[in-house]
Amino acid sequence: MNTKTTNLMIVGVGGQGSLLASKLLGKLLVNEGYDVKVSEVHGMSQRGGSVVTYVRFGEKVTSPIIDEGEADFIVSFEKIEGARYASYLSKDGKVIVNTQEIDPMPVIIGAATYPSDVLDSLKAKGAFVDAFDALSLAKEAGSSKAVNIALMGRLAKYLPIPYEKWIAAIKNTVAPKFVEINEKAFSLGYNA
Amino acid sequence: MKKLMIGNEALARGLFEGGCRFISSYPGTPSTEITEFAAKNDAITCEWAPNEKVACEAAFGAALAGVRSACAMKHVGLNVAADPLFTLSYTGVNAGMVICVADDPAMHSSQNEQDSRHYAIAAKVPMLEPADSAEALAFAKRAYELSEEYDTVVLFRTCTRIAHSQSIVKEGEPVAIPEKPYEKNIAKYVMMPGNAKKRHPFVEERTAKLTALAETTDFNREELVDGAKIGVICSGTAYQYVKEVAGDSVSILKLGMVNPLPIERIKKFAAGVSRVIVCEELDPVIETHCKNIGVEVEGKNLFSMIGEFSQNTVAKALGLPVKEGYTLDEAIPVRPPVMCAGCPHRGMYYTLSKNKITVIGDIGCYTLGAVAPLSAVDSTLCMGASVSGIHGFNKATDNKNAGKTVAVIGDSTFMHSGITGLVNIAYNASNSTVIILDNSITGMTGHQQNPTTGYNIKGDPAAKIDLETLCHAVGIERVRVVDPYDLAACDKVLKEELAYEGPSVIISRRPCVLLKSVKAAPALVIDPDKCRTCKMCMKLGCPAISIKNNKAKIDPTLCVGCDVCEQLCHFDAIGK
Repeated sequence: MNTKTTNLMIVGVGGQGSLLASKLLGKLLVNEGYDVKVSEVHGMSQRGGSVVTYVRFGEKVTSPIIDEGEADFIVSFEKIEGARYASYLSKDGKVIVNTQEIDPMPVIIGAATYPSDVLDSLKAKGAFVDAFDALSLAKEAGSSKAVNIALMGRLAKYLPIPYEKWIAAIKNTVAPKFVEINEKAFSLGYNA
Repeated sequence: MKKLMIGNEALARGLFEGGCRFISSYPGTPSTEITEFAAKNDAITCEWAPNEKVACEAAFGAALAGVRSACAMKHVGLNVAADPLFTLSYTGVNAGMVICVADDPAMHSSQNEQDSRHYAIAAKVPMLEPADSAEALAFAKRAYELSEEYDTVVLFRTCTRIAHSQSIVKEGEPVAIPEKPYEKNIAKYVMMPGNAKKRHPFVEERTAKLTALAETTDFNREELVDGAKIGVICSGTAYQYVKEVAGDSVSILKLGMVNPLPIERIKKFAAGVSRVIVCEELDPVIETHCKNIGVEVEGKNLFSMIGEFSQNTVAKALGLPVKEGYTLDEAIPVRPPVMCAGCPHRGMYYTLSKNKITVIGDIGCYTLGAVAPLSAVDSTLCMGASVSGIHGFNKATDNKNAGKTVAVIGDSTFMHSGITGLVNIAYNASNSTVIILDNSITGMTGHQQNPTTGYNIKGDPAAKIDLETLCHAVGIERVRVVDPYDLAACDKVLKEELAYEGPSVIISRRPCVLLKSVKAAPALVIDPDKCRTCKMCMKLGCPAISIKNNKAKIDPTLCVGCDVCEQLCHFDAIGK
């Protein structure tokens, strides 16, 4: 087991299913024998606002949150949300991004423009960015709601945890009638 | 078995293991899940009370009857329950009683950043504060012993990063609960002056005994590092940041009982280092105590009183290197929370905004009506302040504002503390119009039942308060019900009630669109050939509608087919 604490942020728009993703990760990591802390925010922030969940695992984890410059991974459920937390990404951290664009209210009302090229800027600064259309994969799997699991599939490529363990954790976390869709979304994300 | 639990779940488990068998609470982020998790355990009678004062008093009644009890609330909820708290300090308890209070530094979901530790000091009761889920369980389990041994209610403080952070816990066995049959004791429980005068000295003696306990208890612990020059005094989540950043280079006095604070123990700790730093979020409570007992410390000269701390906050204060990530040249537009697509509040807020009505608002999802483009809310103070506030606004100005002012309040908030304000409107006669935004659930905190929904915390059928009957009963003759998805009806009813000279209530009724029982209609589509980009639909501030390629477009993954935008389109461009 890697004894260094791994820092993983899940960011997105309230309502996109990041809490389920962190629940899945938490169970998986505990089963793998890691010390784990997961910090999430409920309430007002969940109403379509920018949301962030911190997942930390290793031999011994103290703080429940991740600070600037510390994130080894940022999994972004929406195109610009990962960039919003760029200051949290460690110099050799990885950003895994769903390229789906969801306009925030200042863009909707015309007070700001949506920075569509922001991932290119992040890459130009030297950051590792793995961007893909997770929404299409989720739809292909059978439900646009499975976008969270498609992203977990992608993340799985970078973490030292066997594929079957993830599938077992999915079966353990989602409602039985959605297992098939989510397994497929996971596989599509993993192989994309 | 090892389990990952948020602090709230662990706290609920700890209360159970400690013998808690009755919990009454009002939901409030970040405290809500304490009671929700406890309610999954059939050994505990759990209830949602209409407000925190009722919850606290119900828990007092249970403790008086000999049943270990608890109530849970957010920091501002303790303001509502402060009345029973201060005198509970005098009566003490029969069986143990715990009040769980969750602070929200950084205001993730709150209207202020108050520090609940002041209540423990002011009410002269002990306060425990855990630093992770395992401690939440362990401390809660021991809280009843403390409560009964010292004859006091125990305050149990958490903050967002404890309440909503998951860490590993190990469940234990429930303790054996001692019998505490109810015995009549007028001198102890009837707080009229003659009796209360005798109880106050007891309270002061108890504080002295608890201070003595603080000197030795393992709720507090020293983590000494040989040769460390700096000693840090901290508690709760701040401890975790200190531990992570400097755990191997500074000595730590970690306080688990944050009221009363030890004296000799702090002096001894301070004597062992050359520099003492108090690291505490929000107010300088520990720092002030240290200075009062003559211990020289640093604190708020290094740390802010505002917001949450983190690893970097502590590193900066201790002069340690701070990590940096990437910086981008372009600005990322902010993404504030918004009312959901299909939110039933939107139709009513659009109507209020269109008619340029002054809106005295309240606490709930519908506070988001203040966000542009609706910008419909003029004030939000605290639970119930809309109904009370509009009365003063109208009465003091001889009802000159009455025809263009309304109060808005949700169904749960109305039950919490809107009813008495409505009684005041009827009794003291102002021409106020109160709109109850009845979405049939307590929304913002994540869908808790309340007395208007017809279900209890377990989801079982319960007595259902009929809002129309209630409003009539307190003296409001005019009570209208309108569907907020029907803009024409909203406009008509609003204008009629504002024109009426006298008090009235409009119930804007439609269930929250996020309820599982509410089925979404097919998403609407905008015909780009018909859309003239007049942006009428954009005035709703619906997150599903945006302008793409100079035409309005509806995001089918967000739209629930509420049809409100369709009613606004002059060009028949929006349809199924």
